[in-house]
Amino acid sequence: MLIKKPADIRPSEITSRDNYLNRRKFMQAAALAGGSLVAGDALTALVPDQKQAKLADIVPSQYSTDESPNSFMDITSYNNFYEFGMRKEDPKRNSQSLRTRPWSIEVSGNAEVTGTFALEDFVKPHTLEERIYRLRCVEAWSMVIPWVGIPLADIIKQFKPMSSAKYVVFETLLDKEQMPGQRSRSLRWPYVEGLTIAEATNPLPILAVGVYGEVLPNQNGAPLRLIVPWKYGFKSIKSIVRMHFSETRPGTSWEIAAPHEYGFYANVNPDVDHPRWSQARERRIGSDQGTGLQSLFSASRQETLMFNGYGEHVAHLYDGLDLRKNF
Amino acid sequence: MDTIRQVRFVWKPLVFACSLLPFAMVAGDLFGITGSLGANPVEEIQDRFGTWGLRFMLITLAVTPLRMISHMNWLARFRRMTGLFAFFYVLMHFLTWAILDQDLVHSVNALPAIAEDIVKRPFITIGFAAFLVLIALATTSTAGMRRRLGRRWQKLHNWIYVAAVMGVWHYWWQVKLDASEPAIYAAILTLLLGYRIWRRQKSLVPRNTG
Repeated sequence: MLIKKPADIRPSEITSRDNYLNRRKFMQAAALAGGSLVAGDALTALVPDQKQAKLADIVPSQYSTDESPNSFMDITSYNNFYEFGMRKEDPKRNSQSLRTRPWSIEVSGNAEVTGTFALEDFVKPHTLEERIYRLRCVEAWSMVIPWVGIPLADIIKQFKPMSSAKYVVFETLLDKEQMPGQRSRSLRWPYVEGLTIAEATNPLPILAVGVYGEVLPNQNGAPLRLIVPWKYGFKSIKSIVRMHFSETRPGTSWEIAAPHEYGFYANVNPDVDHPRWSQARERRIGSDQGTGLQSLFSASRQETLMFNGYGEHVAHLYDGLDLRKNF
Repeated sequence: MDTIRQVRFVWKPLVFACSLLPFAMVAGDLFGITGSLGANPVEEIQDRFGTWGLRFMLITLAVTPLRMISHMNWLARFRRMTGLFAFFYVLMHFLTWAILDQDLVHSVNALPAIAEDIVKRPFITIGFAAFLVLIALATTSTAGMRRRLGRRWQKLHNWIYVAAVMGVWHYWWQVKLDASEPAIYAAILTLLLGYRIWRRQKSLVPRNTG
């Protein structure tokens, strides 16, 4: 029997790339013309409460790539978020009932400023930036995604970590009712990720609240998620409720689940294979690269770049570290 | 119509058409008629063909136990067809991997990488070995080959058990974390092979004691 699956998003709802790029140019021009981006004159980050709401006052970033971003459809319908199931289409299907308000983030550990902050207050002191980053999954596929977020370094500065804080640890919401995937014992819940303080205060990582200029969809880690573009995707923890300044290195979720396959650092590295597959190349996702047979033959493999191509900004963080051992 | 004619002219064409449905679904989804293959069509196609290859292997292995339990001996007539469909879907799975996933379609330079993967990655090695066994079984599945090989034919075709075990193993090793789905295949396979062992022991016991 042939069963027609309902298409969740009509093609007309997908922002076309040309329109999107035009919008970017417009924003860049507006930012330059306004001349308001001098230090001390930061725009306030506001994250609306409704799904798909447009984010305002986004400034472009020098760290964005010129590569064409994937379609909104690709980004929001194909990803891993095991809290909502283990298949790529599960997060979109199962995350719609996640309540992202009220949402608070607990900041704890070795920092001068700690406490529990409402999401609105957590982001308010900062300016939203658009960061178009490559995302490389440990499963050897990749996308280009126009995130909107706040530089993690700015956020960390605000909490004044002590010198004893060597790591920043993040935790995802733990709620079996809202996150049905947590009923399965696939990973140890809640999901935990971490960065060294040097990594966390590097200019590249952001805490994202949006994508394509809109509020982050639930399946992509709403309302607040980490993006670390030079590491495999699983480091970029979603739906964060806790940030902890720690003296010791945390056990992170995938490392605990399979320590010989996933390490704490998880830097994108074409020379260090996953035990079961090669990391030398990746498949760039792109269902919008044509239809029918063309979609099969156009999406070719490309070489994976060291640190996902962000080496100039981050390679120095690992001077003297054996990346084969510290994978 | 007697049973043999009914099997030949009604049931066999019907089973054949049904067995092609997974393939038709892939084609339909590819062209957006029946649905969609999602953001990573190559991976989706590869997974579907692989899964159906395994399912048809299990279906083929289920024929004999079903026949023995139900005494419907005409069931044996479907064994070759389902076995060949198992080979067909595994072949498509392999071709999708080699041509589309490993990029053979764009350049023959992919060949060394394919060879390296087969040698270096245990889950691919074992899957490829199962594929080789299925090639041998498919090419000797004709009545003529059966006659020519005589008693050796059954011996050769007993390798379906090995291929099925390697196929499930390949699936198990390939999953990232959660082995609950491969475990279902492994459980069914254990049941089907266990039934055969049980039958054998049952038939051996009286002979030994008598």
